Amino acid sequence: MSAREETLARIRRNRPAGSHPLPDIPDFAPLVGDDLVIEFGERLKRMGGRIGSPEGGDAFASVRERLASAKIIASAVPEIDGNRDLSQVALPKDLADVDVAIVRAVFGVAETGSVLFTEEELKVNSVAYLAQHLVVLLDPANILVNIQAAYRRSDFASAAYAVLHTGPSATADIEGVLIHGAQGVRSLTVILLPRG
Amino acid sequence: MSAEDESGPRDRLIHPDVAKPSDEGERGQDGRRLDHAEATTRPIGAEPKIKAAREPQPRGARIRGNRPIDQAEAAERFLAAPLHQKAHDERLWDLRKKRDTAAFGIPEWEELRELASAIKAHTLSNLDRYLEEFEANAKANGVHVHWAADGADHNRIVHGILKDHGAKTLIKSKSMLTEECGFRHYMAGTGIEVIETDLGERIQQLDNEEPSHVVVPAVHKTRFDVAAVFAKTMGTDPENDDAHYLAESQRMHTRPLILEADAGMTGCNFAIAETGTVVTCTNEGNADLSGNVPKLQIHSIGIEKLIPRIEHLGVFLRLLARSALGSPITQYTSHFRALREGSEMHMVLVDNGRSERLGMEEFWTSLKCIRCGACMNTCPVYRRSGGLSYGATYSGPIGLIIDPTFNKRKYSTLPFSSTMNGSCTNVCPVKINIHEQIFAWRKVLAEEHQIPLLKQGMMKAAGQMLSRPAAYRAAIGAADSALRVLPRFAVYNPLNTWGKGREMPDSPRQSFHNWYKQNRMDPAKAAKTEKGGIE
Amino acid sequence: MRIGLFVPCYVDAFEPEVGIATLELLERFGLDVAYPFDQTCCGQPMTNTGCHAEAAATEALFVKNFAPFDYVVAPSGSCVHQVREHLTAIPQTEEVKAVRGKTFELVEFLHDVLKVEEFPWAEFPHKVGYHSNCNALRGIHHARPSELNKPAYSKPLDLLSKVRGIEIVTPSRPDECCGFGGTFSVFEPAVSAKMGYDKVSDHSRAGAEYVVSSDSSCMMHQKGCAARIGVPLKFIHIACILNGVSA
Repeated sequence: MSAREETLARIRRNRPAGSHPLPDIPDFAPLVGDDLVIEFGERLKRMGGRIGSPEGGDAFASVRERLASAKIIASAVPEIDGNRDLSQVALPKDLADVDVAIVRAVFGVAETGSVLFTEEELKVNSVAYLAQHLVVLLDPANILVNIQAAYRRSDFASAAYAVLHTGPSATADIEGVLIHGAQGVRSLTVILLPRG
Repeated sequence: MSAEDESGPRDRLIHPDVAKPSDEGERGQDGRRLDHAEATTRPIGAEPKIKAAREPQPRGARIRGNRPIDQAEAAERFLAAPLHQKAHDERLWDLRKKRDTAAFGIPEWEELRELASAIKAHTLSNLDRYLEEFEANAKANGVHVHWAADGADHNRIVHGILKDHGAKTLIKSKSMLTEECGFRHYMAGTGIEVIETDLGERIQQLDNEEPSHVVVPAVHKTRFDVAAVFAKTMGTDPENDDAHYLAESQRMHTRPLILEADAGMTGCNFAIAETGTVVTCTNEGNADLSGNVPKLQIHSIGIEKLIPRIEHLGVFLRLLARSALGSPITQYTSHFRALREGSEMHMVLVDNGRSERLGMEEFWTSLKCIRCGACMNTCPVYRRSGGLSYGATYSGPIGLIIDPTFNKRKYSTLPFSSTMNGSCTNVCPVKINIHEQIFAWRKVLAEEHQIPLLKQGMMKAAGQMLSRPAAYRAAIGAADSALRVLPRFAVYNPLNTWGKGREMPDSPRQSFHNWYKQNRMDPAKAAKTEKGGIE
Repeated sequence: MRIGLFVPCYVDAFEPEVGIATLELLERFGLDVAYPFDQTCCGQPMTNTGCHAEAAATEALFVKNFAPFDYVVAPSGSCVHQVREHLTAIPQTEEVKAVRGKTFELVEFLHDVLKVEEFPWAEFPHKVGYHSNCNALRGIHHARPSELNKPAYSKPLDLLSKVRGIEIVTPSRPDECCGFGGTFSVFEPAVSAKMGYDKVSDHSRAGAEYVVSSDSSCMMHQKGCAARIGVPLKFIHIACILNGVSA
C-alpha cells in the first residue's frame, strides 16, 4: 500500500469519537474606529512601516530623497517610472540590485496595518523581498476593516501567490533586539494614492 | 550620542539605513520604540559586557541513544549559567506579557480560542476527507503532491526531487516538521547543501545545535554566543557583539546563497483544503524568498495543518501572532497556491505518527497545536531550563505531550518535568488541555513501567503506608517528632534533594493529630485510639 | 450541617496551627465539625506521579473516612483538587462520587457555601502578598487566572478584604507557579528551588511582609527557599488570618 493509502486508512481507523461540527464564524465587531485611513496608518507604524504624506501636491514627497539616491528603481506602477523594466526580468534573482521597488497594493487592512499583493501587482514576486526598500501605493478607498473582511475577498482563491505585508522584514532573534531588514526589505512606506 | 560614536567596527558592514537607536531597538515613524515581531518591550540583554565575566553557553540534554532524557540534569546546568538563565527567563516572560496585552485587546479572545479549537477538532475528525480535497485542489493548481508516511520517507522524497533537478543547494525557511524529520542531518550525507534562512535557525544551524524554541530558535543564546558562532563560521569580528552588526553580517552572508540556490523550501502554518493553499507566517520574509527566488519550490506540510476554508484563516491568524509574539500579525502572511511562471512546485504531506496519535483518546487533541510557542513562554519550568534541556524536537509543555508519542522510552521522563500549574492550557490559542495531558501521560507511563523502578517503588511504599492509619501514625508518631520521619517520607525521596536548595521546615511541638487528641477528645476515647494507633 | 475536617499530611505534621485555625474558624460559624481520626492523605503524591494503582487504597480510606459527612472541608486547594478531579483509582460508586462532590477547600467553602460577609474578629495590619496555589487557581477556580480574558474575581482576596487593617501588595508575576509541584520539588530540585527563589524575591520586591496562601505545601517550599537565600518574608495560612490570629 502506498504512503497515501496507509495514512488515509490509519486516519479512518483512528477517527476520534464524538461529534465535532464545523462552527459558523460570527461577524465580529471591528476593533477599529470609523476612520480607516487613520487606523491603518497607526497600526502600520506600530509594525515598523511608514506612511508617506504628500507635500505641495506631490504624493511621493516622502520618498523623493530615497528615489533620488537610488541607482536602480523597479516600478510596477504607472505613477512612477523606474529604470528596471519588470516585464523584462529573466530570473527572479536578477532583481537583487534593486534599491527601491514601487508596487500597488490590492487592499489594506486597518486592524493590522497590512497590505495585500498578488503576482498581478508584483509582476515578479521576488522584487518585494530582494529590493532594499519597498514603496507601496494604496488607494484609501481600498482599506478593509479587519482580517476577517480580508479573507472574504476572492483574491486568495484566485491568485497563485498572495501575500500580506505588514511593515518591513524584521527579526529580533538576537536577544530580542528589533532589527528591520533581516532578509527582506529594510523599509516599507505606504503612500495613500487613489488608483488612476 | 549618535550610533557612530558608540562603536567603531559596525561601520564597516552596517547599512547606512540601519542606524542604531540608543537602546538598540528600532523606532517607528512617530519616534516610539517598536516591539513588534519577537522584539522585547524593553532592552533585555545578558550583562555585563566585560568579556571576562561572560559565561560559556550551557548546552542541552545529553543524548544517550534510547535512554530516557535527564531533563533535570540539563536544567541544572542551564541554571548554573545565571546570565543566560536570567536573560532567557526575562525575554520569554516579556513575550508572555506582550501576549496578554494583545489578547486582552480583543473582547472576543476567548470565543476565538473556542472557535479555533472547534475548527481543528472538526478538521482532525474528518482529516481523510480534507486531505483528499486539499490534494485534488493542489493537483488542479499544477502542484506535484507527495505523501510521506514518516520522517525518513519525507527526507527521501525531498532528496529525490532535488536530485531529479540536479540541485546542489537548497534554501529553506524555519519548519519544525523538517526538524522533526531530521531533514538537515539526513541531507548532510547527500552532497546537497541546506541553508537555513531564518536568522535564529541559521544561528542554530551554524552552531550545529537544534532549535530550542518553536518561534525563537536561538532564544537561549546571548549576543556573545552569537558573536562567537558568527566569528567562527562567517569570519565576523569576534569582539563585536552588537545585534545590528551580527544580523547585518548574516544578511550579507546569506543573500548570495539565496540568489544562487537551486531550490527553496518552506514549512507550513496552515494548509487550506478548499484551495490547496500553503500559508506561512514569518517576520523576516525568508519563506517568500525561498518560495519566490529559486526555480524549484517545495513545501513540507504536517497533515494536521489542514483547515477547511480560507475564511477560517480569519480566526487562526488573529490568534497566532498575538499568542506567539503579542503582535496583531506577523510581518508576512504568505499564501502559496499555484506555481509562478517558470517554476515547479511540490508539496509533501507528512504523517510521521500523526495518524496514530489521532487514535489516542486522551492525546489526539495535541494535534490541534499551531506551534505558537505561547505555552513555552508562560512555562515557569521551561523559562528556567532552556528548550534544549528537553533533548527533543518539541520542548516545553507541548513537547511533554507530543514527544512521548514518538518514543515512549526516550521521552518517558519529560511529562515529569512540569509542576502541572496549568498556565500553558490557559494561553493555548486552540485550547489544548496541555497540563491535563501531562497528568494523563504520567499515568500511561507508570502503567507501562516507563518510570524509574525506584520512583514506582517509593510510591508503592507510600501508598501502603498512607492507606493504613496505624502504620502511618506509628511511622510519624513513634519518634514523637514528625520531622525525623516526615520530611523524607513526605517528599518520598531517599536522597535529601529537598534540603539541597531549601531549608527544612521547623518541627512543631506536636502534630495536629495529637493536638486534637489532647484537646478535643475525651480521655477515654483518646486512650483507646492511642492503643489502636500503635497496633 | 456536619462537616468532616480533612487535615492534609503537611499541615498535620508541620503546620498544626493551620488545622487548629480551620477547625476553630468553622466552629465560629456554629458548624458541627468532626475530625475523622483515621485520616491520612488524599492520594495526591501517588497519582501526580502517575501511580494510580498505588493510590487506590489511600483513596478508599479517604472515602471511608468522609462518607458520613454533609461536607468535607480542607485547608488546601491542592488536596481538594485531587479529590474532586483525580480521585479515580477506585471504582466510582455513588458513595465515591458523593464524597468527591462535597469536598471543598476552605476559601471556597467560606465564600461560596457559607457566603461569609464579615470576620469581625480578624485584624491583620500588615502588607501581604497572596500566593495562589496553582491547583486552587486553575484547578478549582479560586480566582480569574492572569492568562484569561474574562472578568476578574478572586475568592481569597474577597475574604481577605474583610479583614481589618490588611494591605494587599501584588508581585510582578502575580500567579506564576512557585515551583513546589508536589514530587516535582524533589525530583527536579534545582528548577524547583530557583522558581521558589524567584517567587519569594518577587513578593519581597512588591513590599510584602507576609506571604499568605490557602496551601501550606507551597508555603513550606517558599519558606525554605526564602530562608536559604535570606529573603526576610513571613508566611501565614489564610485560615489563621481569617480566624483572627494576631501577628
